[in-house]
Amino acid sequence: MSETMRCAEAVRQLWDYLDHAVSPEDHEKVEQHLSFCRTCCGELEFAKQLRGFLASHEADELPPAVKARLQRFATDL
Amino acid sequence: MIEVGDRTKESFQRLAAAELPGLYSLARRLVRDGAEDLVQEALLRAYRSFGTLKEDPAAGRWLKRILVNVFRDELRRQARSVEELPVEQVEDFSLYRTLVEQDPLPYSDTLHHDFLQTFAREDVREVLLRLPEIYRAPLVLRYMDGFATKEIARMLDAPLGTILARLHRGRQRFERELWTYAQENGLLLKGAMG
Repeated sequence: MSETMRCAEAVRQLWDYLDHAVSPEDHEKVEQHLSFCRTCCGELEFAKQLRGFLASHEADELPPAVKARLQRFATDL
Repeated sequence: MIEVGDRTKESFQRLAAAELPGLYSLARRLVRDGAEDLVQEALLRAYRSFGTLKEDPAAGRWLKRILVNVFRDELRRQARSVEELPVEQVEDFSLYRTLVEQDPLPYSDTLHHDFLQTFAREDVREVLLRLPEIYRAPLVLRYMDGFATKEIARMLDAPLGTILARLHRGRQRFERELWTYAQENGLLLKGAMG
């Protein structure tokens, strides 16, 4: 049985956990912690929302004047 | 997908024209001022090494990698130093808990989701720009442009462990700045009034 993880440590690892960037041992510890900690499950859901928020953030529009200048620059290379 | 098979000047121009929106958007996320200059320098470098591009499908990512290289070189040239704290010394801040405790949108049934929805596109950019570049760049590249952490380490010429630590620090700072920015700019008042 692995050692129990505390909330602060679990929260610190949540994004890496979602990225599959934690060791198998830590992955298991995070899962074990999430199995009984409702607050950290909320943290996990919010981490997913924040990641989605960043990923779906709209790209800046390319202003027509900037587009024209950059296209001219590429043409003049 | 733009076909760049013959590697002529015309095919480069077609590629550049197709990728300009993505390049400009990435540049605007990386720097407050000078996004256009960053794209120009990236185009110049890309044109010089156009012959080394191996596959058409990778052309867009290839251009973005070059832009990040230009950004990295510019940071080095400016030699701005930012105090880098080890992960263990990063102050724990939980936006999730802060929202639960402060309950800034009392009429919301989906508090955390609604809090994020109060941020317009320009607000998110402003929040990101409050982060020092060394934390902002990995965050943008990983979570907005979808680069793998190993690739980010290569582009920024930093050890993988350093990038992982900066991502951790960057996420913490980003959460804190979202909260601070929302308070400073009255987003929560607008959100609370619906």
